Amino acid sequence: MKKFDKERVLLAVAGPVIALVSAILLTSVVLIASGKNPFEPYRLMIEQATFSDVQVLIVNQASMYYLAALAVAIGFRMNLFNIGVDGQYRLAAMMTAVVGAHLALPSFLQIPVLMLVAMFTGAFWAGIAGVLKTTRGVSEVVATIMLNAIATSLIGYLTLSNVWGVQVGNNMTTGIMKNSGWVPGINLGPDVGEIYGLVFLAVVAGILYWLVLNRTRFGFDLRATGASETAAAASGVNARKMVLTAMLISGAVAGLSGLPLLLGDAHTYSLSFPTGLGFTGITIALLGRNNPVGIAFAALLIAFLDKASPALDYAIPVAYEKEIATIMQGLIVFAVVISYEAVRQWGLRRQQKRVGAELAAAAQNTNKEVAA
Amino acid sequence: MHALVGENGAGKSTLMKILYGMQKPDEGTITVDGEQVTFNSPADAIARGIGMVHQHFMLADNLTVLENVVLGSEKLHGIGSGARKKIKEISERYGLGVRPDVLVEDLGVADRQRVEILKVLYRGAKTLILDEPTAVLVPQEVDALFDNLRELKSEGLSVIFISHKLGEVLSVADDITVIRRGTTVGTAIPAETTPRQLAELMVGSELPTPETAESTVTDRPVIEVKNLTIRATGGSSLGELDEPASTGLLTESTAESAAAVRRVLDDITFTIHAGEVMGIAGVEGNGQTELIEALIGLKNADSGSIAFLGEDITAWPTRRRREQGVGYIPEDRHRHGLLLEAPLWENRILGHVTERPNAKGFWLDPKGAQEDTRRIVKDYDVRTPGIDVTAASLSGGNQQKLIVGREMSHAPKFLIAAHPTRGVDVGAQAAIWDHIRAARREGLAVLLISADLDELIGLSDTLRVIYNGRLVADADPATITPEELGSAMTGAASGHLEHVENATEGDADAGPEDDAR
Repeated sequence: MKKFDKERVLLAVAGPVIALVSAILLTSVVLIASGKNPFEPYRLMIEQATFSDVQVLIVNQASMYYLAALAVAIGFRMNLFNIGVDGQYRLAAMMTAVVGAHLALPSFLQIPVLMLVAMFTGAFWAGIAGVLKTTRGVSEVVATIMLNAIATSLIGYLTLSNVWGVQVGNNMTTGIMKNSGWVPGINLGPDVGEIYGLVFLAVVAGILYWLVLNRTRFGFDLRATGASETAAAASGVNARKMVLTAMLISGAVAGLSGLPLLLGDAHTYSLSFPTGLGFTGITIALLGRNNPVGIAFAALLIAFLDKASPALDYAIPVAYEKEIATIMQGLIVFAVVISYEAVRQWGLRRQQKRVGAELAAAAQNTNKEVAA
Repeated sequence: MHALVGENGAGKSTLMKILYGMQKPDEGTITVDGEQVTFNSPADAIARGIGMVHQHFMLADNLTVLENVVLGSEKLHGIGSGARKKIKEISERYGLGVRPDVLVEDLGVADRQRVEILKVLYRGAKTLILDEPTAVLVPQEVDALFDNLRELKSEGLSVIFISHKLGEVLSVADDITVIRRGTTVGTAIPAETTPRQLAELMVGSELPTPETAESTVTDRPVIEVKNLTIRATGGSSLGELDEPASTGLLTESTAESAAAVRRVLDDITFTIHAGEVMGIAGVEGNGQTELIEALIGLKNADSGSIAFLGEDITAWPTRRRREQGVGYIPEDRHRHGLLLEAPLWENRILGHVTERPNAKGFWLDPKGAQEDTRRIVKDYDVRTPGIDVTAASLSGGNQQKLIVGREMSHAPKFLIAAHPTRGVDVGAQAAIWDHIRAARREGLAVLLISADLDELIGLSDTLRVIYNGRLVADADPATITPEELGSAMTGAASGHLEHVENATEGDADAGPEDDAR
């Protein structure tokens, strides 16, 4: 039995390791092709990661990535591709900011209410795609991509100054949120910065994700649907209900992913609020193999590339383009998809062989016993 | 003609895959015409004159026979008249009767198989490998196939075929190799061997017979189906399973019914009592799939009703039916019975996620499920090194044993058993039959659907024949022969089948209540 456990760990680790190594090698090829030192940028970035202020930035960024990736992973676990995490996240962040700017409850009520607003908005936006899929058979991929575009326009409209927007200089914001909705962080000193309080939300979400998927009936049904829709239906899973539920949960988690920044630091939704979080979430969910621990490592890695790369522009004596990190992220996606599929097939074949071999060995033993 | 027989997981398929270049051997050699060869891919095997007819046909439905044959070997004789001429020539030479310009989707199972054989011959094969070629055929078609094979043999070709049906093997093969657990355990000359001896060679135990000892049928109805009708939805989107497998002579009637909205199930009425096994005989694709899906709740009835223990369950969802005691051994275990990439113990949960020992209320109980999986593995002789391996790594027969074990573990009151022993070796077959019989004694009602007519006749208390979505005939399993049943399955006979020379009576629509017992 132990052997198969080891086997599984090996398989689980082999995919990401192969992907990362090949992504790094390919990035080096790009660097060589552009006439640069192929290794120096990595050293510079790793050096960056030793500074505590960069570490704080990485952790903060990773918490948002983590939530977004969980949202994507929930869909992935049942073969739903929620590309709309980005739209769901932005719309949810904006709605939360608006509610937070106009509603003033005591903190212990205000923060849960804001979280609920974020979850409901995200779930609602994802739910549109879910309803379209279950009632009209519209592919959730197409629907969520379109909903992303619609969310952009909707946010643009809602943040106009004659709707809910407040102009601050050149920036359109939703006004500063009431103090009771601010989540205090962990202050590590003026030079280092503050870790968002809602980093813990990401941790809790990760634990819940694992618990629900692996230890509840609902989670089993969800995973079964992802593994084989026909087998799940035959086992009594209502596929439509499952699709809709998964989309709603995915959207709700997507809605939460902007909160660490919004409630911890920005306190307003503005034009400078980060976009693309949902797409990075897809990369991270893929790299982390939809596994809560894997996603955590993947989120930290991508956050590291994000936060350590700007220094490349100012490196002395030779500056490097910080876009190297972006290239690397793109290559990781490619490498991940290819290496995981290869490792999966290899693993399946290998296991089949081993099972065959073990059975043959067992058979031989019994034969010998009979003969003896 | 060489036959290869052996238990599940004995290595028959693996051996064939190696011969056909789909898998590489770790040790040993293959010799073709006295020359040692190594195959890296099926293409190498084809180049050496070895061709394979798979158990599941690999044909594109929406292409013609000609197109299917030339697909992938366009260089041989082109794709036009040259190829057509060649196909006709091969067809005539071996008496295959293949028409090159018919769409494959219009062909029946037996015709498709002949196309597969022709495809292999077209590529110049001198040695044909057939993987369980008779599994999907009715007895008459089997005879026709064997005639074709004899024709091939007389033309100097070699045929290797795998089968579970020992009677067939003995009647058609010139030489038999028995393998067990990966090694050759014996060879047999058909003329000097009985099926019983052959089976003993395979498993080292006695040949089981599916005969039910004494009737345990009670008058307590468990499942009552009344006037169940399901119409085909959306015509062509049905997929091949729903298409009646019509042989040449039946095409007219199919064309006729296709004009109207086709009824895949037409006015089905039957009752199964506690302790009764009702067998349904029929060529695949005549409504069995829909009947099963209607009973388990995957398809909604257009009209008619289903009652379970006196309660109307027509509107119940699948999960509720399963919780209330409807067991389900699906016909396609990979599509409906297993999560192939999940470990065995998770597969044990599948279908019974709300029940003990798999769950405690809202929560799963992995410990309980694992414990019980170990019990099933032991009781049902599932050959596996452990319960954490994926279902995909087990052989088909062992997967089936796991499914049967799982379904029987929840003490079903009504069991839908579709091909419960398909792909299962003789030893395991006997065990599965025993389990079904034991449960039947305790009042289990079983709907048995099987392509194995011996199994149907041996295990059933009542027999019905399904043809084109209708229950057209019934028979007494105590007296009927497989041949008689086979002819009713092609629609040639209807009404109550008597074991006499002319078994046809006027009554086309079988009585609403089963009258066999």
